[in-house]
Amino acid sequence: MLCDICHKREATVHITEIINNKMTELHLCEECAKKKSFQMEQHFGLADLLAGLSDFETPIEETKKSTLKCPNCGLTYEEFRKIGRLGCSKCYTTFESNLKPLLKRIHRATKHVGSAPVKETGKVKKTQAKVKSEESEINKLKEAMQIAIDKEEFEKAAEIRDKIKELKKNKSKEK
Amino acid sequence: MELSDLLGQTSEWLKGTGDSSDIVVSSRIRLARNLEKIPFSHWANEKQKKQILDIIKPVVINHELMKEHLFCIIDELDEVDKNLLLERHLVSKEHIQPGGSKAVVIKNNETLSIMINEEDHLRMQAIKSGFNLQGAWDIVKVIDEDLSGKLEYAFSNNWGYLTACPTNTGTGMRASVMLHLPSLVMTNQINKVLQAIAKLSLAVRGFYGEGSDATGNFFQVSNQITLGYSEDEIIDSLSRVIKQIISQEKQSRINQLNNQRKMLEDKIWRAYGVLSNAKVISSSETIDLLSNLRLGSDLDIVNGINSRFINELFIIIQPAHIQKVAGKKLNSAQRDEKRAEIIKDKLKK
Ligand SMILES: [Zn+2]
Ligand SMILES: [Zn+2]
Repeated sequence: MLCDICHKREATVHITEIINNKMTELHLCEECAKKKSFQMEQHFGLADLLAGLSDFETPIEETKKSTLKCPNCGLTYEEFRKIGRLGCSKCYTTFESNLKPLLKRIHRATKHVGSAPVKETGKVKKTQAKVKSEESEINKLKEAMQIAIDKEEFEKAAEIRDKIKELKKNKSKEK
Repeated sequence: MELSDLLGQTSEWLKGTGDSSDIVVSSRIRLARNLEKIPFSHWANEKQKKQILDIIKPVVINHELMKEHLFCIIDELDEVDKNLLLERHLVSKEHIQPGGSKAVVIKNNETLSIMINEEDHLRMQAIKSGFNLQGAWDIVKVIDEDLSGKLEYAFSNNWGYLTACPTNTGTGMRASVMLHLPSLVMTNQINKVLQAIAKLSLAVRGFYGEGSDATGNFFQVSNQITLGYSEDEIIDSLSRVIKQIISQEKQSRINQLNNQRKMLEDKIWRAYGVLSNAKVISSSETIDLLSNLRLGSDLDIVNGINSRFINELFIIIQPAHIQKVAGKKLNSAQRDEKRAEIIKDKLKK
């Protein structure tokens, strides 16, 4: 099989691309595939998203969904489908039932396990916030140390390094 | 700090220091954050965008990491200056499109830059030289935590940080590493590597991020998944893959040195020859040749040229940088002449 783009070299790479909700198969040679893969990245987010949407949506639900509109920002579900972007933080609640499968499709997960805002952690767990602020203290010092090294102020950097050691020691003692 | 001061300095991430800097140019962490309730910037009207800027700007510029900074309203910059920021990786392509109340705050050494009113209210990124994702994370984490105490971040316990695009929901984190992989490209092994990366839910992009072509054998590898993994896990799993790519490139370089040394030397010295003698040269040709020259310096085939010097050349031969140095607008043909002049001049020193 010859390459779909240059029609010269043998096609060795096979790509499935989604443009305007339509799936297209491409058979490319290594060289054209390399070029293509970078063009594809441009709308990677959107393409992936639309792939997700067409996958789980059934026509019966279509009518109900198209009338959904975020009361906070006015974005409709139809518009979201078109632009691939949500309108505000409240859209997440408005479109929750549609977003769940979509997020699962994109990330293969539906539950956040990463960091939380300091305000949030303050509400939930005071101790966690304290550990956080100590860690952030250490990070601040690390940054200051890097700046000192950049400026070739090595004595100052050594002082900061000792401070970091001290803080880390205290932290492990508390545990 | 003034925008023109950027020209006289080398961005921290170009210094060619840090781990594996013979293969890894730089490491970057980007966080997407939004304020509660106010429409995301891409969906907000001008009045709301002004409001977003007014809330965020003072908190950012008064942060201690931003003590010395450059603040720019994008719409107030001319085309050359906008592209200068883009060429230095301080703003995204999307951010320099017109659209009032878009701004950027840049830390003076260019390790940290914060875009206000990109598609999200806040896009914060830290870049470090070499393979140092942890170093970039350490910086951006500090400012993010402090900001999270002062601003009402849009956050849900279930879905984490709420972002305009669902591909960023969760940590809102994009960790990326810029790799120089000339040997894997030359020996036709790169496609296998790229395909393996795609299977691991990682994305590969060119030198200038989304939508850019891969030029001069540079590849940006980043995480795609942002939900269900913590920031540290994202960094760890990306790092593991990067380490493997590094060792493959290293092995390939060794093989080439053993089996194709003359061919390699020839390619590198020819690149040197063209770069130091050309009268007219395009930026894509320059980047290809500089890539070879960088390999030559990393393999000690060409001595006396360090990677910092070559890294810097990659940036200053870009169109906006050339026009800034020339002090006037130049068309493409004029730029190609000026570029050849600048390179020749630099290589002479
Ligand atoms: Zn082809
Ligand atoms: Zn909304």
